[in-house]
Parts: sequence; structure tokens; C-alpha cells
Amino acid sequence: MNWKFLFRIALADAKTQWGKLFLFISSIVLGIAALVAINSFNDNIVKDIDRQSASILGADIVVSGNKSLPANLSPALNAIPGQKASEYELLSMAYIPKNEGSQFVRIKALEGNFPFYGKLITQPETASKDFKANGTVLADKAFMRQFSLEPGDKIKLGDEDFIIEGRLMNNLGAGNLASGFAPIIYIPFDKLESTNLVQPGSMIDYAYYHQVPKEFDANLWKEENKQAFRQESMRINTIDDQRENLNEAFNSLNSFLNLVALVSLLLGCIGVASSVFIYVKNKISSIAIFRCLGMKSNEAFVIYFLQILVLGILGSVIGAVLGSAVQLFLPKVFGEFLPFQVVTELSWPSIIQGLSLGLIITVLFALIPLLEIRKISPLRTLRSNFSEEGTGTRDPLVWMCYLAIIVALSIFLYSLTGSILNAAIFIVGILLAFFVLYLVSQLIIRLVRKFFPRHWSFVLRQGLANLYRPNNQTQILLVSLGLGTTILSTLFIVQSLILENVNAMDAGAQPNMILFGIETNQMHDLKNKTKSFDMPIVEEVPIVTMRIEGWKGRTKKEWLADTTANVRRWAANRETRVTYRDTLDSSEKLIAGEFVGNIENPGDSIFISLDEGYAENLNIGLGDEMVFNVQGMLLTTYVSSFREIEFASMRTRFFVLFPRGVLENAPQFQVLVTKAPNEDVMTKYRTEVVKAFPNVSVVDLSSILTTLNDILKKISYAVQFMAGFSILTGLIVLLSSLILSKFQRVRESVLLRTLGASRSQILKINATEYLLIGVLAAFTGILISILASWLVVNFQLDFEYKIRWMPILLVFLFIVLMTLFIGLWTTRDVVNKSPLETLRKDIQ
Amino acid sequence: MINNNENNVDVLDLKALSKIYVSNERELTVLNDINFTIKKGETVAIVGPSGSGKTTLLGLCAGLDKASSGTVKLYGSNLGSLNEDERALLRNKNVGFIFQNFQLIPTLTALENVTIPLELQGASQVKEKALELLDRVGLMDRSSHYPNQLSGGEQQRVSLARAFSNEPKLLFADEPTGNLDGETGDKIEQLLFDLNKEKDTTLIIVTHDMELAGRTDRVIKLKSGKIVSDTLNK
Repeated sequence: MNWKFLFRIALADAKTQWGKLFLFISSIVLGIAALVAINSFNDNIVKDIDRQSASILGADIVVSGNKSLPANLSPALNAIPGQKASEYELLSMAYIPKNEGSQFVRIKALEGNFPFYGKLITQPETASKDFKANGTVLADKAFMRQFSLEPGDKIKLGDEDFIIEGRLMNNLGAGNLASGFAPIIYIPFDKLESTNLVQPGSMIDYAYYHQVPKEFDANLWKEENKQAFRQESMRINTIDDQRENLNEAFNSLNSFLNLVALVSLLLGCIGVASSVFIYVKNKISSIAIFRCLGMKSNEAFVIYFLQILVLGILGSVIGAVLGSAVQLFLPKVFGEFLPFQVVTELSWPSIIQGLSLGLIITVLFALIPLLEIRKISPLRTLRSNFSEEGTGTRDPLVWMCYLAIIVALSIFLYSLTGSILNAAIFIVGILLAFFVLYLVSQLIIRLVRKFFPRHWSFVLRQGLANLYRPNNQTQILLVSLGLGTTILSTLFIVQSLILENVNAMDAGAQPNMILFGIETNQMHDLKNKTKSFDMPIVEEVPIVTMRIEGWKGRTKKEWLADTTANVRRWAANRETRVTYRDTLDSSEKLIAGEFVGNIENPGDSIFISLDEGYAENLNIGLGDEMVFNVQGMLLTTYVSSFREIEFASMRTRFFVLFPRGVLENAPQFQVLVTKAPNEDVMTKYRTEVVKAFPNVSVVDLSSILTTLNDILKKISYAVQFMAGFSILTGLIVLLSSLILSKFQRVRESVLLRTLGASRSQILKINATEYLLIGVLAAFTGILISILASWLVVNFQLDFEYKIRWMPILLVFLFIVLMTLFIGLWTTRDVVNKSPLETLRKDIQ
Repeated sequence: MINNNENNVDVLDLKALSKIYVSNERELTVLNDINFTIKKGETVAIVGPSGSGKTTLLGLCAGLDKASSGTVKLYGSNLGSLNEDERALLRNKNVGFIFQNFQLIPTLTALENVTIPLELQGASQVKEKALELLDRVGLMDRSSHYPNQLSGGEQQRVSLARAFSNEPKLLFADEPTGNLDGETGDKIEQLLFDLNKEKDTTLIIVTHDMELAGRTDRVIKLKSGKIVSDTLNK
């Protein structure tokens, strides 16, 4: 094979075609750009996690739990050399005298020089050190902005007044979103007691921080002590754990982003395949001449393969450059979700990976139409209407291409998701969508042919007939547009359902305030206060905290030591908050056994009711025995029923429910649920409650919902940003398919013009064809997306599925109008120029 | 193997050649029992009314299509026993084409069009040879023009230059003047015969034009797929 010559011909032939081939390039640019941007972002995040794990954790070893350190563990902890610090964390109300405001906050009482790595960033800078010496506090910057607070202003926590030393600008250990629910206030450790917030039953998290010398192996210490700490429900975290946790948390985001990129790439590949298909069609006569002059079929194939290969490389390079530029913006889009700073730098491995994957898939998709070149007969030079037999589906090489595409995509998907099943589901889904769209296009062609409306006007008949005439674009456009519609519409349906579910929680009849930490003797006054505001007592719930001691005749320790027993550690170790009542409430449903509401005589067997999922986690069945430790006293109970709890409703909910007549005299606190009619009443009520009962926490559910809504909005913004790649690629595919395929229609349009068709007639003929294709593609795509979103909502999100027609209608109109607009835009050449000019230019 | 070294060998030898197309399970016999031989240096016209099978015969002789039965031997090689690539090689080495609708590659310049057969042969001094031929057909100054920048007559002259560029032993011309006006057609005709004489080529022309046919040594007349006469011009 004379490669030099073939390359020269490929170049000579391409140089007059740059316009058409540019569309081919643009089909792949965005897909590759999305892939490179996301992979670079991912690569940088992995590096940042490595770099910042120590400063995020703030220490080498952190021991934490929801109780203070048991005496038996002290020796092990004291044996750790180096610096130590500790922190108590509890949720409480803050009262702001300046504007009589109040807010549910997360109080962190700090002792020692934590953080050992990284630092608390404050304004003024010295505040991070001074607050401990001055007995003042650091307050979250967003909280201070909300209440117009400045350093020097006062804040009341429990019984103690504090002066704010400075603004807290960063948040160690947790994402920025967590502080949206309860802003953080740092107080000196020695001031905690005077707040009187630490009471029996208070929910406090304890953390012990250690910085160790270099020669000390923190992971080894963890290995040696893990078991003992676990048995006391205390967690140990090292920097390596932190790194692993962050990587794991980020992996889901990364998988999602990569799937979006893959979808863009796939759409781009459809664009590649369709533009090459039409390009080859336009080249048939040239190829026949080459063949007639003695060129071998493989040589003819090589000429066009070289063109596509070079353009594929060019497109991938442009995509990689664009992707590297786009990744600079990704931290701005996703930064809110990440508990660390992302540094953006060029990631060569990602660029190379994106380039190679893009090129492989592009070449494979382009090969399918390119292989047809080998079958083009030289006889076409003598008879332009000659058609080859046995091409296409019977060519084993074409099937090998399809197989190679599936294999390449499967490998890539597997590397993304780490699960063969997920990769298979995605591949099968895409194949099914392709298949359905292909079937629909075939069906349409047949139906239009069979039931052709012969009495319609000439213009409409011409437009309709374009759907099935030789060289029609029905299949290619229906598949590419339909797939684009499916992706877009699925995205919008799922997004609207998520947002709707969140909003439903805030619906009018739901209570919107929960007060907890109420001592039993405060309940009477608090109820009166609530009634004085004309607010209902929706729920009044006593809560007793206890721990599980054992079940089914074995202690908790024995269960947890048994690796064959399918018992979840969190379920066994958690401090159980229990209530007692004689009825089930409206958010609960009895699904097995019998609910017992009262114990008649002291000493009778105690029958309790468990949440079904919770029982499953502990491997407990109906009738099984459970032993609880209630403030040192052991209580043996029997499980008599299972309940299903509706978690979406705004009520208190309990995994363990006791009957009346058992816990009435146990140490307990009360929870009160009420509903404020509006924001003003809520603010006044909250402020008065905090003033009169400093130990009572008031949680404003509507503000939590607002925060949750904000988070979801940010997430959906991020999702839309990424989906933008798919949408843009889809549009380019649409544009390139239509522009390239206009050459199919140009001869007859010119001929019609020559024969006297008016500009508007030509436009109407084309409009009919593109409108029909747009409507059919959008309609089919939407049907598939309804199925796809139903699957996502039912199997991934566990929501009730409802179709919302608005987003669907918008997607439908968008696709139809874009198809029509781009279709007509591409015909403007034919209608605006004289037939002769177009004849000489385009027929060639 | 292709045997093209001996002077006395038949350039083209057709025996019992038939071509049948099957369409919708109906057979259509386009050529039926065609037999003739063409010697080196002969100029032959194949004439006949539309649908008589002229173009099909040309396609079979040039190895662009396969016969349903019978044999076509080009320089002693049985085309029926060669695969498509082997036939392509044979065409490139021995055959030139001129078409009614010129069949130039629209995306290549006049010069590039002329160089293709030479490039395919891996010949040297390709550009010089092609320019020489363009000069011979009077288009030296249009060498960098694309086909759509040339008139019909000019395009056919480029086509002539291309047809002779690989110094073919056998030249097929399918209605070479059919798309041209009388005056331009005459000029092309003259150029074709001049070049044919200069290059000592065997020439087979398919045409309706009896005047053109009259300039050849021999006229084969087809009707309904059969040879009805095979006569020598005086």
C-alpha cells in the first residue's frame, strides 16, 4: 500500500471539506471535554485528599463516641505519647440579645491545642487563640451574618452569656453543608459547666484528639486497641481512615459525574457515526471513480479512515484542551459539597486517558459507516443508481465493531462503577433505548408508507414522503435525537420529583417546630406558654434514653464478636431513645405481630414494638427477648410487633416503642411538637421559650427544610451544569446530522425551485419533515425516559413515582423547536440563492 | 498471471458472454451469448439503441462487473477468476476510462485528478507526467482548478489526460462526447483519436453517434443484448 500517496489524497480531498468535517469534530469535542474535565477534577481531588487529610482531621488519632471515656479505656489512651486535646459537642439553642433572636446551634467546647494540623481560620486572626484565654466564643460566619453580629457582640448559651471573640471562617472535619443545619460555636472547655447544658440525658458527642511523634505508629495503635474501644462504642479514627472515608464519599460523586460525561461522549459518538455515515454517502461517486481507476477497496477505505482518524485526534485534542479549561470551574460548582479546598492543576493522566478513550470510541463508531466504503462498486461510474448487494448487516467486520464498542464501554463503565452488574445495567439500558428508537423509526417508515394520505396538499405529501424515501434521515435522526431526549427528560423528571418530595415535607398541615430537652417539671409551663401563642400541641412525647444490653440470650458483646451473625454495629451500639404510649400514631403502620399498649401489673412481661428495618439490623424476630440498660437498671422485654414508619412525615419517630406502665418513673426528658402559623410568631415564640427555659432546644423545621432545599438546589445546579454537556453535545449532534444530511435533500429542493416551487413551499416541505422527525423523536425519547425515571425512582430513591408533565412538556417543545429551527436554518442556502448557483455548487 | 508482453496476443477475448439481472424473482437477460475478439491497436465502436446492453458490455469488458456466464479475457487473464482487488490492479496497469459525465473527483484539482492512476502505480515523476498531459490537452494553466471551476469540454479534456496518464494498453470510452455540444464534442473526438494514435492504444468506444463510430476501424452493433453485426469500416 502506497501510504504516502493515500495520505496525500486524503489531505487533498479533505482540504475542500473542512466545513463539513468541522461538524464531525465538534460532535466529539464536548464529550471528550466533559470526560477530561471530570477526570482532572477527580485526579486533583484525590491529590487534595492526600494533602489535606491531616489538616481536615486536625490530629493523628481521634477517639470519639456519644459518652465520655470509660475508665477501663483511659490507660490505653494515656499511653499515646504527644499532645492531647478534647472536645464536647452538643446541640442547643443560642439566644442573641442584640436582636432578640435565637438559633439552634452546635456547641463545641474545646480543651487543649486542637487542631494540631491545619488551623481554625478566624477573623480577626488572633481570635482562634484568644477565645480560650478570654473565656469568649468563636461563631460561624454565616450565623453572624444572619443575625448581623460583629465581634464583641453578646450571645447566650444555656445559662451563660458570652462575648463573641471572632468569626469562624472554616469548619474542620465536616462539609460546609452540615453547618447549614446548626451553625458551630466554639467555647472554652472550662466554660461548659456554667452553661448548665450538660444534664443527664443530654446528647453529647465526645472527642479526644492526639498528636503523636513521627516514630509512633497511629495505625498500629488503632489495630491493637480497636476491639476494646469498639466494645465500649467508641470510634478510633486516624489520618489514613480519614483519607479513606473522604475518598469513598467522593467516589459516588465521581461515578455520577463520569456517567454524565460518558453520556455526552456517547451522544457525541452517535454524532460521529451519523456524520461519517452521511459523509461516506456523499463520497460514493468519488470512491467509485477511484476504484474504477484501479484503486483497491482497502486503499479507498484507508483514504477516508485517515481523514477521520486525523480529525478524531484533532477533535480529542481540542476536547482535552477545553476540558482542562472547564475543570477550572468545577471547584466553583462542586466546592460547596467538599470539606476541603480543591487545587486545580493540569492532570496529564486524565488528559491521556480522555484522549485515548475518546479516540478509541470515536474510531470504533466511525468505522461502522466507513467499512461500507470497501463494498462500493466501480460500476457506479457507469450507473449512478447501481446499488451493492450484501453490504451492512452481513459484514462480519461491522459486527466486530459493534462488539468492540460494547466491550470498550463495558470496560470503561466497570472501571467507573467497580460493579459488573451496574456496568451491565447501563449497557443494556443504552442498547435497549437504541433498539426501541430504531424499531420506532422502522415502524414509522412502514406506517407512513402504508397509510400515506394521498389527498393531502402537495407540500405536506412531499414533507411526509421524505420520511421514507431513499436516503431518508428518519433512522439516524430519530435515534440520535431520541436518545438525547431520553437523557434530558430522565434528568428533569427525577430532579423535579426530588425537589417535590422535599417541598411536600413542608406542606401546610405539617407541624414545623420541635422542642426537646424539656425536663418533666417544665412541661406544664411550656404547654401554657405554647397555648398562649394560640399554637397546638401536636405531640407530647416522653423520652427515656437506654442502651441495649443483649438479645436472644446473648450479650451485645457476644453478638458483635460473632462475625457470622448478621448484626449491624450501629444498631447495637447506639444510645436508644425510647418513648412509651398506648397507641400507634398516624405515621406508623403495624406490619407484623400484635401491638401491646399497656402493662397491667408491675412484674408482667413487657412487650415492645420495633421498627421493622431496625429489627432486621439486629437479627431479631417476633417473640425474641431483648434486654435494655436503663440508667444502670436492666430491663427484660419481648418483641411483640413490628412497625413500618413513614420517615417523610414531620413527627418524632422511634425504633423502639414501650407500652405504658413501665418507664413512667425512669429519668426522662420531654419533647413537644407544635406548629407556628407564620415566621413572626415562630421567631417570637422561640425567643420567649429560650429566655424562660434555657435548657430547651427549639428546632425550626421549616428553616431546616429551607436549608435542605438550598442544598438540593445547589445539587441540581451542579447536575444541570454537567447535564449541560449532554445537552450541548446533543444539539451539536442534531446540527451536524441536519447540516450534513441537507445534501440529501438539496438536489430535489433545487430541482423543485427550478420547476417553479416558491421559497415558502420549499420551506414548508422541509418544515413538515423536520417537525415530524422532531415530534416522533421527542415523543419516543420521553416514553423511554418515563420508564427510565420510574426505574431510578423506585430502585434508587425509594420515592412515590408521579409523572410531572411540565418538565416533560418543556423538553418536548425544546427538542421539536430546535429540530425545526436547525432543519430550516440548514435549508436557507437553497431558498436564498438562485437555483443555478446552487446547482453548480452543490450538485458537484 | 497477466500476460501482456506479446504483441500478437488478443487484447480482449469474449466467449459466450451473458449477463442476467434478477429483479423481484424475474430474470432479465441484458446480454446474451456475446462473442468477439479485439486485437492490439484496433479501434472499435460498440453501437446500438438505448437498453441494448452497450454499457453493461463495457462494464464487463473493463472488469467493473461480473458476467453471469461465459468468459472475458483481458490480455489473456480470465476476469471471472480474479477477485475485485486483482481486477483493480489489472485495470490500473492496462486500462484507461473516459466517461460521458467525465467522472472527475470533485474535491481534487485537475492536476490531482490526472495523477491518481500514476500514483496508484507508484510511478515516479508523477507531477511532471501529469502536467505534460494537461499541456497536451491544452489545460496547463487550469491545473490547479477544481472540476466545478471548469466547463464541460475542459472537464472532458482533464478526463482524457487522466485516461492516458497510466499509458493504458486499452482505453474504454463511454459516450465520450454525449454531454458536449457539437463543436466541443468534435474537438474532444479529435483529441481522443490523436492521443490514441500517439500512444498506440487499443480503443473501445460505446456510442450512439454513428459519425463517431464511423471513425473507428470496426463497428459492433448490439440489439436487445445480442450482436446483430460486426463490421469493419473501410
